[in-house]
Amino acid sequence: MDIFMEYVRAFVVGGLFCAVGQVLIDLTKLTPARILVAYVVAGTVLGAIGWYQPLVDFAGAGATVPLTGFGNLLAQGIRKAVDKDGFLGIFTGGFTACAAGVTAAIIFGLIVALIFKRTDRTRQE
Amino acid sequence: MNISKQEYEQVAKKHAGSSKMYITIPKAFLIGGFICCIGEFFMNLYQYIGNDNEKSAAFTSITLVLISALLTGFGLYERIAKHGGAGTLVPITGFANAVVSPALEFKTEGYVLGTGAKMFVIAGPVIVYGIAAAFVYGIIYWIMGLFS
Repeated sequence: MDIFMEYVRAFVVGGLFCAVGQVLIDLTKLTPARILVAYVVAGTVLGAIGWYQPLVDFAGAGATVPLTGFGNLLAQGIRKAVDKDGFLGIFTGGFTACAAGVTAAIIFGLIVALIFKRTDRTRQE
Repeated sequence: MNISKQEYEQVAKKHAGSSKMYITIPKAFLIGGFICCIGEFFMNLYQYIGNDNEKSAAFTSITLVLISALLTGFGLYERIAKHGGAGTLVPITGFANAVVSPALEFKTEGYVLGTGAKMFVIAGPVIVYGIAAAFVYGIIYWIMGLFS
């Protein structure tokens, strides 16, 4: 039962993040790029003031998978790096924290571009 | 055809299909929630095989990015995104799709200025402003550390 509730929390919180994004798209005509930028910056700010981590503890992947979680990761990475390296940490923390996700996207993107051919010409947005 | 901008907008709106919010928002909620549940599954899996929270989260991100990259390669992510809207955009899979899709699409313009450059059309701004926000926080956090 515990594990079931864990998935429910992830589903609801993650779903809500996406629903908010959809409201923004439908009402404000914000482009996908702007939505993603807004989410990352919002996540960084929420992570910086310490409001995001309780949500991660509550919803797990429901909070870490949306791009706000990416922003929270940046804030955490900065904090950890500054604690460890002082001033230099301001410059190293961000990229260190997001290295796994960004590297994965670049490498897999490159591999897919090498292997696949675009068959469906219809583009998203 | 000679039509004004307003007329065009009306026509475009009529043919936009399921842009009604009582359809798009629940769809985004369901599909986005489902993607997060997949994330939760991998998170549990990686923890189960003995990784700490931080490593499990990183492996989960990598896994979701990989899945999204493959689906994008097969042209399936776009199909899901047609229904998912923000539900497929906001999760990290949407970020991955935003990298992989132009990388593949602009292959015709070469591997350097096509694939290499265009993969950051959306990811670039995300990284720039994410890093910038984190940098500002870093300065504040560092200064606060000086006085504590």
